[in-house]
Amino acid sequence: MTRDVVIAGIAEAGLNKGVFAEPVSVLDIQAQCATRAVADAGLTMADVDGLLTAGLWGIPGAGTIMPLSVVEHLGIKPRFVDGTNIGGSAFDAHVAHAAMAVERGYCDVAVITYASDQRSASGRNLEGKPPHLNMQFDSPFGLLTPIGSYALAAHRHMHEYGTTSEQLAEIAVAARRWAQLNPDATKRDDLTIDGVLESAMISDPLHKLDACLVTDGGGAVVVTTPEKLGAAARKRAVYVRGYGESVSHWTINSMPDLTTTPAAKSGPAAMQMAGVSHDDFDVVQIYDSFTITVLLTLEALGFCKPGEGGEFVANGRIAPGGAFPMNTSGGGLSCSHPGMYGMFLLFEAVRQLRGDAGERQLEKATTALVNGTGGGLSSTATCVLSNR
Amino acid sequence: MSQDATPNRPIPITDPTTAPFWAAASRGQLSLPRCGDCDRVHYYPRAVCPHCGSESLAWETLSGRGTIHSWTVSRRPAGAGFKPYVPYVVALIDLEEGARMLSNVRADDIESVAIGQAVVVDFEEMAEDIALPVFRPAD
Repeated sequence: MTRDVVIAGIAEAGLNKGVFAEPVSVLDIQAQCATRAVADAGLTMADVDGLLTAGLWGIPGAGTIMPLSVVEHLGIKPRFVDGTNIGGSAFDAHVAHAAMAVERGYCDVAVITYASDQRSASGRNLEGKPPHLNMQFDSPFGLLTPIGSYALAAHRHMHEYGTTSEQLAEIAVAARRWAQLNPDATKRDDLTIDGVLESAMISDPLHKLDACLVTDGGGAVVVTTPEKLGAAARKRAVYVRGYGESVSHWTINSMPDLTTTPAAKSGPAAMQMAGVSHDDFDVVQIYDSFTITVLLTLEALGFCKPGEGGEFVANGRIAPGGAFPMNTSGGGLSCSHPGMYGMFLLFEAVRQLRGDAGERQLEKATTALVNGTGGGLSSTATCVLSNR
Repeated sequence: MSQDATPNRPIPITDPTTAPFWAAASRGQLSLPRCGDCDRVHYYPRAVCPHCGSESLAWETLSGRGTIHSWTVSRRPAGAGFKPYVPYVVALIDLEEGARMLSNVRADDIESVAIGQAVVVDFEEMAEDIALPVFRPAD
């Protein structure tokens, strides 16, 4: 039994200056978004028989086991649950896991949820992780988390290929220009390459403006099969055509090659499953935790050769009006970044494929690629989405 | 042995597999397991070789020499214990024997730190039977 799989509903919690517009708990945010996403699909919570979730709020401690907490809070009794947490790419992996479950009839309507109040709770403090298990070989050396791992990769890329800070800054500038077309983006003031380079150095060679925002955020995604949908929802459904995952390490000392992310495996797997190649994408959403994340991912996915990422993004190519529309919401660099951004890549891809992207709507948006990255360039999940 | 140890940095919470690594450091030695089957040294110490799955592992005292594979400077402290060190170099070191480890490079001039630079190990005492292996530019 194999059925078509679609993303049929999305809902994103509203933000005001980067904090939740409606200040309720992370569990309530997920309940609100799940309900709204299910309604977006023309369904009700009674239809939901799958639940996938990940986040950082439940760590550490027994009693906050995330899938159980969310299931209880939503008042549902799913027959399929997945709490895979591989960092910010988790929700893109959840699409794959939900798709596998729905394809085989293991469940019919799966909801993926996420919420983070890291900004309003001032909770973005990944330092102070107990220096035990594999972290005993990481925490005692004072690597800033997570930017330090990305900085190590950036320096290596510069060393091997001559990539420059100006080229990395171009990625942040392009994101800001897209954000200026998105009324929901957090940062919309003008930004230049010099502005990025003049911002504070945090972890050489990465500046403050090479790094994503720190905001709240939450949302939900409904994955189901077209046969469960009414005519209106079916028309707006976005097909999951391919997916792939890859995980290679946790601490940066164990990354096999600092300049090759696991997207080199997850990307080709997703594209092969979908039967598409690089030229088929009208829009791509690439996790931009840091500018270097984008550059490495474009190379790993094969949009350009290793070492050519700097030239690839130059001269406004990924900015509005450029030949390679990317991160059209403004991304994690300028729209929002609640700690695990992978779900927001899906939101923007779905908006573009549905024609719901307002002023930033692309003229042609049929096929999209989403690539999430988690940890310290540790995990990737790639999805190929299409509106037909 | 450096005298600038601070009790505020996170002190490794060891386990039976890793304790010998930290204890060797407190004796002034950099020591890692070498695999009896695939002959590779791995970092960090594990009970099973991550390269080939063998449990035939033996501790080996290494030369303490390596080269910088990549580096960054933490311009902000990664927690309160690192405040006295800011700015400080965190680097990936390719050890002569083949493993790659995360560590610090203590250099008088941090602007001189570069990829490919030769470094040698040094040790900073943290607690009983625990010292931190850090590196300094080779003479």
